[in-house]
Amino acid sequence: MGFFLQLLVQGLSIGCLYGIAALGFVMIFKSSSVLNFAHGELLAIGAYIFFVITIWLNLPIYMAFIITFVGSFALGFLIERLFLRPMIGEALIEVVMLTVGLSAMFRGLLLVIFSGNTYVFSNFLPAWLNIRIGSLSISSVYTVTLIITIIFLAILGFFFKYSSQGIYMRSVADNQTAALSLGVNVRRVFALSWAIASIVCAISGIILGVINGVNVHAISRIGLKVFPVVILGGLESIGGAIIGGLFIGFLETFVSGYLSTSLRDVVAYVVLVIILMIKPYGLFGLVEIERV
Amino acid sequence: MRLRLRPCGNYKESYKEELPIFETDFGRISSLIGLILLFFVIPFVFGSYNLYVLNHVAIYAIAAVGLNILTGFTGQLSLGHGAFFGVGAYTASILMTRLHVPFLPSIFAGGVSTALVGLVFGIPSSRLKHLYLTISTLAGQLILEYIFINWESLTCGASGIILPKSTIFGFDLQTDRSFFYVIFIFFVIFLWIAKNIVRTKYGRAFIAIRDNDQAAEGMGIPIFRYKLISFAISSFYAGFAGALWATYVASISPEPFTFGLSIEFIAMIIIGGLGSITGSVFGATFITLLNEALSQGIGYLMNLKAFTGMVTIAPFREFIFGLVIVLFLIFEPKGLAEVWRIVKSSFKLWPFSY
Repeated sequence: MGFFLQLLVQGLSIGCLYGIAALGFVMIFKSSSVLNFAHGELLAIGAYIFFVITIWLNLPIYMAFIITFVGSFALGFLIERLFLRPMIGEALIEVVMLTVGLSAMFRGLLLVIFSGNTYVFSNFLPAWLNIRIGSLSISSVYTVTLIITIIFLAILGFFFKYSSQGIYMRSVADNQTAALSLGVNVRRVFALSWAIASIVCAISGIILGVINGVNVHAISRIGLKVFPVVILGGLESIGGAIIGGLFIGFLETFVSGYLSTSLRDVVAYVVLVIILMIKPYGLFGLVEIERV
Repeated sequence: MRLRLRPCGNYKESYKEELPIFETDFGRISSLIGLILLFFVIPFVFGSYNLYVLNHVAIYAIAAVGLNILTGFTGQLSLGHGAFFGVGAYTASILMTRLHVPFLPSIFAGGVSTALVGLVFGIPSSRLKHLYLTISTLAGQLILEYIFINWESLTCGASGIILPKSTIFGFDLQTDRSFFYVIFIFFVIFLWIAKNIVRTKYGRAFIAIRDNDQAAEGMGIPIFRYKLISFAISSFYAGFAGALWATYVASISPEPFTFGLSIEFIAMIIIGGLGSITGSVFGATFITLLNEALSQGIGYLMNLKAFTGMVTIAPFREFIFGLVIVLFLIFEPKGLAEVWRIVKSSFKLWPFSY
């Protein structure tokens, strides 16, 4: 029973992590319907910026957070401006291939700079976040993951519901042409959604780094795991991303706990194929009924 | 007999005249000369290393042509072609080592089995529009990679399989030259088939689906069936190329068939030109030569004292492939095929550029 609970807690936190990691992906998909294959690399870049600032430059943590956020905001903005904007008007498949190219480029670049080693953060989280309930211990990283997930859901929920930018984003997601004709600045919406998504990625990247250490290969694998998560939750649904993340998190921890650890990395994709076959729009996705 | 040359305007009177592969006899003659050069001159002029590179170009070109039928003509992206290439390679090697099946049936079995495996991952896409095939082939790539490594009783896991010597009709295939003939005969055949597929009913249906699936369905094309057909053809090409590759290099392990290889194939068709059969050959040539140049360059760098231990090839390759994909997509989305067309037409039209 203790083992089960431990797995449950671990699954919950890994699931939250996948959920947060998927949020950035969903934001980009919602506003521009681009499947971003460079997602894992965005996570990794965030984690590496943070790593360089805290470990190599030895700056205090709060500075590191600020610089990482500003840096990844700028990065998202730049990616949109340099690579995505020239592709406006091209077929969607070419934009998706572009993100595949970006992903290879960034991964190569990170590997050239940092090589394939795993770098470890010092755990900067305060000790009182370590929770012990009976035999069950929850490490501070997982507590923080949970808290951050909840905060994020709240912030993004308010952002999309009440702020004007958020409403613009939803309108662009809903119907680009209509939004354009009603005076929404679609370009700015794209740029902003890439920038925000990139910040979200940086935060998940940092958390990933604290849990597993920073390793390009590991993080870009997690970036690919976003696909089962969002397909399960439905590509357009932010709440669905979190729930999909939790589901995949539980699934992976239970499979590795009870069946085999090597199956852990592949079970999510098996589920992905099955979901695509039986419930293709995901649990909370927009079902598009299109009669021809 | 008079040679048909290019008329000075458009004098076509029937749809049939739109269809020929070679509009003029000039193209027919030059490709005949090309074939003669390819089979009777090149194998005797080039050394072993050059033939080795050429063989790889042809093998990758077969796979790239397949991917281009799917991506360039049908408008569906596959991220699993690296693994599909591996499925073909593994099928052929398992058949040859375990069941002692001869060379030719094994490589064809490699293609067919890959087409079947591909269909499993293609089924989800048959229900959905958009880029769901991309996602399900991504899953396919990762699941297949896992199978290559972990199903040890079948694939021998990470240690890999060493293939026996291949023979075809009693001839030993050992040298690069003898393989050159086998590979390039298949290369020409598969290129010819692909060129013809895209101008028949099927190819036109693929293009219609790519350009507008709703209109295509309105014209009476069952789009899901055609998408699956395109995907099966494309995986067959990949698997066949993989099987050829396995018999050529004579030992395989799960290592090459990664996501990186899938990206390499995508790079080939983007660089060569989406929706162009000859373009895929250009792309495969470009990428293979780039690969060779990079490994030579990095081998050179590694020998320099200052760089010892600092540079490894894989990240550089990945970075450069990514960069090349991005640059081509932004600046020349139609790829080298378009560059080639521009060069050709500027010769043709000279000195009057219009």
